Amino acid sequence: MNKVMSNKLLIALYISPALLLVLVLVFIPLILSGYYGLMEWDGIGDKTFIGLENYINGLQDMKFWSSAYHSFLLAIFSTLSLGIYLVISFILASKIKGSDLLRKIYLIPMLLSSVAIAQLWIKVYNPSNGILNVFLKQIGVENPPAWLADPSLVLFAIFIPILWQYAGFYILIYYAALKNIPESLIEAARIDGASAFQIATKIKLPLIKEVVSVTVVLAIVGSLKYFDLIYVMTSGGPNGASEVMASYMYKLAFSSYNFGYGSAIGFLLLIITLIVTFIVRKLTTPKERIEY
Amino acid sequence: MKINKMIKILLFASVFYLLAGCSDSGDSSSSSSGDKEIKFMHLWPEGSSKQHYDVVNEIIADYEKEHDGVKVDLEVLSNEQYKDKLRVLSTSKELPDVGMTWAAGFLEPYVGGNMFAPLDDVIEEELSDSFVSGTAEAYALDGKTYGLPLELNIVTLYYNKAMFDEQGLEAPKTFEELESVVKAFKEDGIDPIALGNKDAWTGSLWYMYLADRLGGADVLNKAIDRSGTFEDPALVEAAQKVQDLVDMGAFVNGFNGLADEEAKSMFMSEQVPMYLIATWDLPNYTTNETVPQEFRDSVEYLKFPTVDGNGDMNSFVGGPGVGLFVAENSKVKEEAKDFAAYFVKQWGEKAVTQAGVIPATKVDADSLDLPEMYIDILNELNEASNITLFADVQMSPDVAQVHLDSIQALFGKEMTPEEFAKAHEEALSK
Repeated sequence: MNKVMSNKLLIALYISPALLLVLVLVFIPLILSGYYGLMEWDGIGDKTFIGLENYINGLQDMKFWSSAYHSFLLAIFSTLSLGIYLVISFILASKIKGSDLLRKIYLIPMLLSSVAIAQLWIKVYNPSNGILNVFLKQIGVENPPAWLADPSLVLFAIFIPILWQYAGFYILIYYAALKNIPESLIEAARIDGASAFQIATKIKLPLIKEVVSVTVVLAIVGSLKYFDLIYVMTSGGPNGASEVMASYMYKLAFSSYNFGYGSAIGFLLLIITLIVTFIVRKLTTPKERIEY
Repeated sequence: MKINKMIKILLFASVFYLLAGCSDSGDSSSSSSGDKEIKFMHLWPEGSSKQHYDVVNEIIADYEKEHDGVKVDLEVLSNEQYKDKLRVLSTSKELPDVGMTWAAGFLEPYVGGNMFAPLDDVIEEELSDSFVSGTAEAYALDGKTYGLPLELNIVTLYYNKAMFDEQGLEAPKTFEELESVVKAFKEDGIDPIALGNKDAWTGSLWYMYLADRLGGADVLNKAIDRSGTFEDPALVEAAQKVQDLVDMGAFVNGFNGLADEEAKSMFMSEQVPMYLIATWDLPNYTTNETVPQEFRDSVEYLKFPTVDGNGDMNSFVGGPGVGLFVAENSKVKEEAKDFAAYFVKQWGEKAVTQAGVIPATKVDADSLDLPEMYIDILNELNEASNITLFADVQMSPDVAQVHLDSIQALFGKEMTPEEFAKAHEEALSK
């Protein structure tokens, strides 16, 4: 095997399928969509070069900024919810009864496809027959809101299934990180008389800081480019009240046949995500590495 | 080392496989026997539209029998995938020889990109006077016709007679009667009208009919083609009437978050007595065996009522659904045109009797064995004074998007009728 690994040609051959796929499916389209953003193009006919006009329009487009605002709101909420997941994983990682089963239960939403989740929650939120409003009526609420039709509620009504969908994923990551902490450290702390709360906050939390920082980046980036549930549940409506950047981009390119402008918005989305990722990494990366 | 060699070979194979996948898989249309092959793409898969699918196959089989040396190569996709694929194929200039398109706004980019062939010669030679008036025109752009319409849908208000009888109510003939019907149902705790306005074109139907009744058949068309304006008093009034209905609680709770399918199911499970929809839903109220007989018997339709004593009840909102196009750069263009014309001629009677589609070609309703509602609608069509094409189809795609968003805002009372008019004016003046 050593002989294989020292052969440069063979190494190139090994990585070429993956490299080719990444190039063809990720990097070339990335560059192309930046380029299409410079065009006035309906996606079918001829392209006309119009310079930076699409990008300038994008920066002045109130609809784009309101969808960006919604995306950032989602990012904030998913970052905050990480705290809850952390607490849950602390509980799961301590030796309580049935933690194994609970862990699996938390993971189930992850296994469902986005469309199935969307359909499920559309039914839950149905204003007259949905389980939520039927329940609210039972306990005496006169006029329960129409969750997906009310512009002031719709965004938060969709956030809940989005957070629910990914909860299991983060809990699993935290759980694995917590399980990775050597038992001897905890043992030592306990002998020194540390309480369970102190062990959690003073010992375990600092030890998994790096993992937390990675999940923060994951949550923020994932939120900024989020699309699935929004598209299926409301397609950004009513009148843009639940539009996020990715769904706005889709609408421009595929419903309005404005491919050039849609590409420009897509490219702006990429730039925004890159900047935010950079800042978040800067802020959260721990100064020193921890070695067990 | 043997294993080493094996790995190498396997890797080579996988790389080649990958490369082959990226490249064009070759021209599959060149057939061996020298037969001419017409590529045909449609959007009625066997699973979801069995009857449509069968009619298409029958016509193709007949055509191949009558035309020696011509083969029709079929590709079937479902609606949304069909739209996506059509777009992708058109960018690589590989459209099927014959395919399906929608009218007006949908056509624009394709015609602008020189993808579709003008079909006026076909219509003149073989199909003159065979289309219901106003249908082929919907596929015309700059004086040339690019599509042969297959379907025609008109919108009528369906109502549940049993539920009306229970309340002792008559079918409304005027808007005022409609309002009192709405009030009566409301008082009994029943939501009067099913509306799934998440899709927004559903709400647009209400607005269009009110505009038609208040301002006549042309006022909306003119506002869209820019010889008129959305600030026309009749159009602002129509928007106001929409909000009046909303204020009365005429539509089901949370309509802006409901899809059309959900609204339909409320009507079909007899929770809601009225539903404004086009004739593509007719099978559900007549022939569809999976719908309970009792429900089908109790559904009737009525023409949209007059408003404030204005309006012509024989003026309809509606329009052709899909039509056939022939690709401009088809290698077998003449054969493709011939096939398209043949298809349209065969389609009419077969479509209505076997698939329950109201065809865009004229058919003699009385000579066919059809459910009564079909005969009534077909006769209605013969007497129609006007058919106004769906607004979102009439408009170019980006304006249509503004229209649909504004409709949601108007129904949701986020916009006043004046702001609604202004939003359209801004979008159209771009």
